[in-house]
Amino acid sequence: MSTIAVAPGRGPDESAIRIPNYLNTGTTLRSWLLTTDHKRIALLYFASLTAFFFIGGAAAVVIRLELATPQGNLIGSDTYNRLFTMHGIVMVWFFLVPAVPNTICNFVVPLMLGAKDLAFPRINLLSWYLFMAGGLLTVASLVAGGVDTGWTFYTPLSTLFANSYVALAALGVIVVGFSSIATGLNFIVTVHKLRAPGLTWYRLPIFIWSLYATSVILVLGTPVLTIALVLLLVERILKVGIFDPALGGDPLLWQHIFWFYSHPAVYIMILPGLGVVTELVTCFSRKRLFGYKFVAWASIGIAVIGFLVWGHHMFVSGQSLFASLVFSFLSYVVAVPSAIKVFNWTATLHGGWIRFDAPMLYALGFIGLFTIGGMTGLFLAALAVDVHVTDTYFVVAHFHYIMVGGMVSAFFGALHFWWPKITGRMYPEYWARTAAALMFFGFNLTFFPQFILGYLGMPRRYHAYPPEYQVWHVLSSGGAVLLAIAYLMPLVYLTWSMFRGVRAGPNPWQATGLEWQTPSPPPKENFATTPVVVRGPYDYRDRAAHPQHG
Amino acid sequence: MPSVTFWPEQAGSYAVEVDWLFFGLLLVTGLTFFLLMFLLVRFMVRYREGSRAERDLSGEKGWHWEIGWTGASLVIFVAFAAWGANLFFRLYQPPADALEIFVVAKQWMWKAQHSGGQREIDELHVPVGRPVRLVMSSEDVIHSFFIPAFRIKHDVVPGRYETLWFEAVKTGTFGLLCAEYCGTLHSGMLGRVVAMEPRDFAAWLDAQPGSDGLAQEGAALFRSLGCSGCHGPGGTVRAPPLQGLYGHPVPLADGRVVTADERYIRDSILLPKAEVAAGYPDIMPSFAGQIREEDLVRIVAYIKSLASDAPPSQVGSRTP
Ligand code: HEC
Ligand SMILES: [Cu+2]
Ligand SMILES: [Cu+2]
Repeated sequence: MSTIAVAPGRGPDESAIRIPNYLNTGTTLRSWLLTTDHKRIALLYFASLTAFFFIGGAAAVVIRLELATPQGNLIGSDTYNRLFTMHGIVMVWFFLVPAVPNTICNFVVPLMLGAKDLAFPRINLLSWYLFMAGGLLTVASLVAGGVDTGWTFYTPLSTLFANSYVALAALGVIVVGFSSIATGLNFIVTVHKLRAPGLTWYRLPIFIWSLYATSVILVLGTPVLTIALVLLLVERILKVGIFDPALGGDPLLWQHIFWFYSHPAVYIMILPGLGVVTELVTCFSRKRLFGYKFVAWASIGIAVIGFLVWGHHMFVSGQSLFASLVFSFLSYVVAVPSAIKVFNWTATLHGGWIRFDAPMLYALGFIGLFTIGGMTGLFLAALAVDVHVTDTYFVVAHFHYIMVGGMVSAFFGALHFWWPKITGRMYPEYWARTAAALMFFGFNLTFFPQFILGYLGMPRRYHAYPPEYQVWHVLSSGGAVLLAIAYLMPLVYLTWSMFRGVRAGPNPWQATGLEWQTPSPPPKENFATTPVVVRGPYDYRDRAAHPQHG
Repeated sequence: MPSVTFWPEQAGSYAVEVDWLFFGLLLVTGLTFFLLMFLLVRFMVRYREGSRAERDLSGEKGWHWEIGWTGASLVIFVAFAAWGANLFFRLYQPPADALEIFVVAKQWMWKAQHSGGQREIDELHVPVGRPVRLVMSSEDVIHSFFIPAFRIKHDVVPGRYETLWFEAVKTGTFGLLCAEYCGTLHSGMLGRVVAMEPRDFAAWLDAQPGSDGLAQEGAALFRSLGCSGCHGPGGTVRAPPLQGLYGHPVPLADGRVVTADERYIRDSILLPKAEVAAGYPDIMPSFAGQIREEDLVRIVAYIKSLASDAPPSQVGSRTP
């Protein structure tokens, strides 16, 4: 069994003992920008993603303020259209897709596997530069005057009608796609090759299974998006008829290719969240996961079936009746593995010793919101109901419940859970719990009214709207303000805690995973000696945690 | 203070059934959700860290729970898929006696053409109690024709005809919205549907500055565009007669047989090379880009009006 260096205690005289860790070995700018240490690259991603999250969020706030009154009187309709487009593009490709994989996973996956780094450390760094290049192109399109096609770039609007910087933004998304592919590939190889001795597949934390499924989608799905966007550029710039019928193209072709990527992309965004929640629920209920194998294979099931349901975005588009019937059926099938996960988490709580630390609050919030998001997906998969609610606020509410209520909650849960590992410090618990509660409340106030709006027939992407919808919009806008405040809170107290937080020690949650068996913050090479794994994850017996290594 | 609405009006024959399906989903998912939340909260309270509750984990082994909830979810889901599909199926089967109206969408307005030649913009007058079938096309980008009170919606796609049918069951004025984002004034692409008693509807039609009817207008275009030079009785080239075409099967040169519906007629005019009638040379020129959507509608209406005419005998049979 390996002896592992223990971090200094919580004494006031902490600067006296400077144990080398990944943060203090090398402090020049160069040592950061050229680093191949997965932990530092994760922090580079953290910084960039935070910026994008607030750019996308600012757009959302302006949108919600505009919608407080039925007349479009705060901003013009062209500005409005550019804002929701930017909100979508930035949030999807520059926050949600990379959120957990590139930040949290980048940091903790090698630690969880008992590895020194990812399989390809330099590709990991390259992936960050690609991400930034794509981000700069997209921001450039924003600064130049914006894009007004919606993040879905529907043709022929995007190819021959939109008078905005479509090509620049599309290029940005193409470039960031390569970053996704590189990241996905890196994780797949890492999980196959760099597991510590004794860490068999069924001893992997579910978080790794989820990330593995995510990476498979990233690698198989993203190239399809790249192809779609290249075709779009060809038609837009060279006027070659691909999508526009006036040039002999087919507008529905775009929708097929785009959703072939973008539906699986929904799972790219949510699967890591499902992994996070599994880690949190087991750790804070001090219990083994109920139905480990079912939860693990459910991730793979979602990734596979997720590729076969894209047509559910096209029920009213003119797609054939038979195709719609098949896609509706498969959309119900893909909901089953998600349901399995929710049931297993609930069963895990049974008979546990449940603690309500901030990460657990985010996880519990996730379960509630994700369940509502998933259940409203069942409404949308029902063909006749979809005809009425597709392209309305019902859809907007549905996917925000999954993406924001689900994924963003999971992101914050993960952030709080691994924060002590990343920084070596604890955040103020009171503020963290308050932020979690405010996020939950603000979220529901923002998005629940949108289900009602949608069923009433309020279409999405409307700058102005008939006055009978106003009351619901006002509630939603009020919620958005609360939500904005809630999202700013962690920015403040987490930053504060980096300097003033109490020293965390290696394993503040008494968790079982390998990442907790090394000091916080971890040394550059992660482990003094490679740990040998002797048991599965989540081995909490009689409230005591039995670490995975011996 | 504006009034609060909780439920959209039910004004179309389809609305009631869609609402039932919605209620069904609401009931089942709602009950499941509350059961789940009840269990979550109960476990959270009972098994909180400090509680002394008995922790009996003996019942946790075995696959029966997993099989149970997986199976139950699947059965319920399949039932809903079938229910939704069954209703949806009907949207694809317009009754034979439906009143036909052409709708042309463009950035950012709705134009409707009745078979009598009456035209309206951002309004659609229809009789109650009679199925109405819309034949829709777009002049530019994709739009989506949406009447919440009828619970129907369908995309209007450039380059093709899409159809949709409904039956208004009560008189009144109902919102018509564009549901597919279509550029700057997407949110201004609003109209209204006016459902009237059949008597009133007939009177309304009479009062419109109409013409001799869409088909008559189409006949004039058919001559002025030079179609009649080939397709007319004294044609100089061998072109198929268009009498008796609509609604009938057409053998194509590549061996397929298609039904001559609106789409076929439209494509024959704009993309003549795509589907060539068997036994004829493919010399018909394409009219793509030369005929406005609204005129195309007139020509299609004209060719449809020939459906019941017998083909002139001197041209002979259309089967090769
Ligand atoms: C140069 C002669 C010519 C002119 C002008 C012409 N057509 Fe044609 N059309 C043909 C021929 C030949 C065919 C059969 C071969 C084919 O399907 O392309 C045909 C086929 C059709 C068909 C399909 C008929 C079937 O039986 O399948 C339609 C409909 C049609 N034409 C409509 C029109 C209309 C409307 C115009 C005027 C806008 C027009 N055509 C102008 C020669 C012509
Ligand atoms: Cu989807
Ligand atoms: Cu529109």
